[in-house]
Amino acid sequence: MTDHSEIDSVSGTSTTGHEWDGLKELNTPLPRWWVITFYLTIIWSIGYWVVYPAWPLLASNTVGIWNYSSRADVGVELANLEKIRGDKMAALATAPLANIEKDPALLALARAKGKVVFGDNCAPCHGTGATGSKGYPNLNDDDWLWGGTLDQIMETVQYGARSGHAKAHEGQMLAFGKDGVLKAEEIATVANHVRSLAGLPTRQGYDAKAGAKIFADNCVACHGEQGKGNQELGAPNLTDKIWLYGSDEASLIDTITNGRSGVMPAWEGRLDPATIKAMAVYVHSLGGGK
Amino acid sequence: MSQPSVSKSMTIGESGLAAVFAVTAFLCVIAAAKAVDAPFAFHASLGAVASLAAVFAIINRYLNRPAALPPQEINGQPNYNLGPIKFASFMAMFWGIAGFTVGLLIASQLAWPWLNFDLPWTNFGRMRPLHTSAVIFAFGGNVLLATSLYVVQKTCRARLAGELAPWFVVLGYNFFIVIAGTGYLLGVTQGKEYAEPEWYSDLWLTIVWVMYLLVFLVTVIKRKEPHIYVANWFFFAFIVTIAVLHLGNNPTLPVSFFGSKSYIVWGGVQDAMVQWWYGHNAVGFFLTAGFLAIMYYFVPKRAERPVYSYRLSIVHFWALIFLYIWAGPHHLHYTALPDWTQTLGMTFSIMLWMPSWGGMINGLMTLSGAWDKLRTDPVLRMLVVSVAFYGMSTFEGPMMSIKVVNSLSHYTDWTIGHVHSGALGWVGFVSFGALYCLVPWAWNRKGLYSLKLVNWHFWIATLGIVLYISAMWVSGILQGLMWRAYTSLGFLEYSFIETVEAMHPFYIIRAAGGALFLIGALIMAYNLWMTVRVGEAEVQAPVALQPAE
Repeated sequence: MTDHSEIDSVSGTSTTGHEWDGLKELNTPLPRWWVITFYLTIIWSIGYWVVYPAWPLLASNTVGIWNYSSRADVGVELANLEKIRGDKMAALATAPLANIEKDPALLALARAKGKVVFGDNCAPCHGTGATGSKGYPNLNDDDWLWGGTLDQIMETVQYGARSGHAKAHEGQMLAFGKDGVLKAEEIATVANHVRSLAGLPTRQGYDAKAGAKIFADNCVACHGEQGKGNQELGAPNLTDKIWLYGSDEASLIDTITNGRSGVMPAWEGRLDPATIKAMAVYVHSLGGGK
Repeated sequence: MSQPSVSKSMTIGESGLAAVFAVTAFLCVIAAAKAVDAPFAFHASLGAVASLAAVFAIINRYLNRPAALPPQEINGQPNYNLGPIKFASFMAMFWGIAGFTVGLLIASQLAWPWLNFDLPWTNFGRMRPLHTSAVIFAFGGNVLLATSLYVVQKTCRARLAGELAPWFVVLGYNFFIVIAGTGYLLGVTQGKEYAEPEWYSDLWLTIVWVMYLLVFLVTVIKRKEPHIYVANWFFFAFIVTIAVLHLGNNPTLPVSFFGSKSYIVWGGVQDAMVQWWYGHNAVGFFLTAGFLAIMYYFVPKRAERPVYSYRLSIVHFWALIFLYIWAGPHHLHYTALPDWTQTLGMTFSIMLWMPSWGGMINGLMTLSGAWDKLRTDPVLRMLVVSVAFYGMSTFEGPMMSIKVVNSLSHYTDWTIGHVHSGALGWVGFVSFGALYCLVPWAWNRKGLYSLKLVNWHFWIATLGIVLYISAMWVSGILQGLMWRAYTSLGFLEYSFIETVEAMHPFYIIRAAGGALFLIGALIMAYNLWMTVRVGEAEVQAPVALQPAE
């Protein structure tokens, strides 16, 4: 075969003499730094194999001279964490709920733990700042559906509301329209009455007397004569301008027509008792706790 | 020149393929009738329609063609078969824009979740595989088909093997894309990343891929050049290894042969290992070897310079394909995968660094003596920048495979940034550069409609990539640090949702980067369209200069 190689005028290197569709190749040797670095990575890898578990054998594998195990590493890390927080968490578990807020160290621990647990478990509904959203109560204010004392918060966290737990808070806003108790016209009237309770403007010409009558006949059993609500039943205070499902006429008509029964899950069994305590203390400390 | 007169008859390929498609159409109709779920019935119907269309097309083509088959050579010049290449180039651009658009949608969904629209088929969970498959397999795959079928002909000085076979490959592959993509929208998936299509799509792809291998191989075998060009080694490694990976990762048992659901035969950590052996080598052999082949043809061609080092091309080729296949376990650091397997994955990834850089060196150094062309030729600039991104990603990859680095980077946006510096910077740009070269060549045009538009594409897309990857670096490292932060009391400093909130600004920047990349691609599509529509035809110099015989 004839040698077609030529000298490339730019680099001064010869070509291999092959040519495809006008493409040629230079006979440049391997760059020295490239070869050296390649060898270094190979040597480093061999060293790594000596030290760490690396090659499979028939029924086991080489374990390496450092006897490394990532599983053992995790054990050490968990043990270290346990050392930092273990005793204190045990103290938190045994301390009576009422005493936690009196002990600054326990309070700090409960709040730190509660904050993270809240973020992972409660924030999806209540928001990271616990400010809530439509249907999910704001936990920073002092308006509580089921009570805002530490014990009451603890109970709500443990058992939830309408959660299916035997001790869960029950009681719901009935569907007065859907169930045929009230007619559409009556619902609109009582909705305006409810707005008047909170000092909100009412629709012009609505029958205030009829509204009060409908309210007295249907609503006071849960919401009370003044509409101040009843925490035993989870019936919200209608006079405080804090609204879970909105205060405009359409929202109120929707609420009265179709009822409301939002669910708060029970955390007992899902989280350990010390963690639930920490969460209750954290929520209680947000600003609205009683 | 008069052809010897031959009596016209169907070739074995024509009649055989028509018969096979007729039977397939019949089987698809039965499958559609007996289907146990709606998506399967839909896909079987698509199969029936496509098979009937194929029968019709084959017969129609036979009736309209001259009696003699196209000659292998005309006037001593190879009679190159460019039809399937034009089709694949067009589909590459089409799927590219579709894939980038869906990418922009899912990036925006992460920033503004209401964009999920609360519908199952627009949900992130279905859109994400639609995006990855559209850009990797639909866009990237069609670019690879177009360039490999072009390069193998030109560098072998031989017409593509088969007449119907190349069409079967490009049309069959795109039919696979349609089945896979519509399947994702309808919720059909085997839940394996980058291998989501279900068993029947996998079977079809296997047939298409074997045909692709044969077309490529037979063209190489009948070459008129004594040696096989380096680009063809890489294309061949890509085609063979993808076949092996596809078969290894997809053995499934269908629940019913008339239904879309199947279960993988591998179990537990073995399944995870096979999945990432596949996943990493899809990167290694589809997105690296295949596109290095493109680089080895289009960079020296466009720069009009010889390849920098023949020796380097041999050494880095063999080192690359030997080492890549081991690196998969680095996707499973700190999992149930045994420590020894993690060690091998990591060390082989480190050793892979230089073999990967061999390609970068050969790509960049090929420009020595032609660097001035970067000022005037934005297409060459795109190709060169792609090689630079390749070098960056193949340094970042081995670094991220180191276990201590991985313990910070794994599961964070850093991985997404890494993938996209490779995908947008390397695969995207080398594909754009190649298509900018290929379209005028395949359609016989003097040049592109507008180099100025290429320049705009280059800068807009580059800015988009920089926004994308820098946002993901910051976001990923921030995310990793937030996940591992402990308070002095031994509790996690941040809840998960707080880390999600911290990502928000970076998700917006990322979406902006993706939007710029998409705008660049739209400019490109317009430019290529105009090149084909109004571009001036190239005069065939060799033919014109030949004296009358």
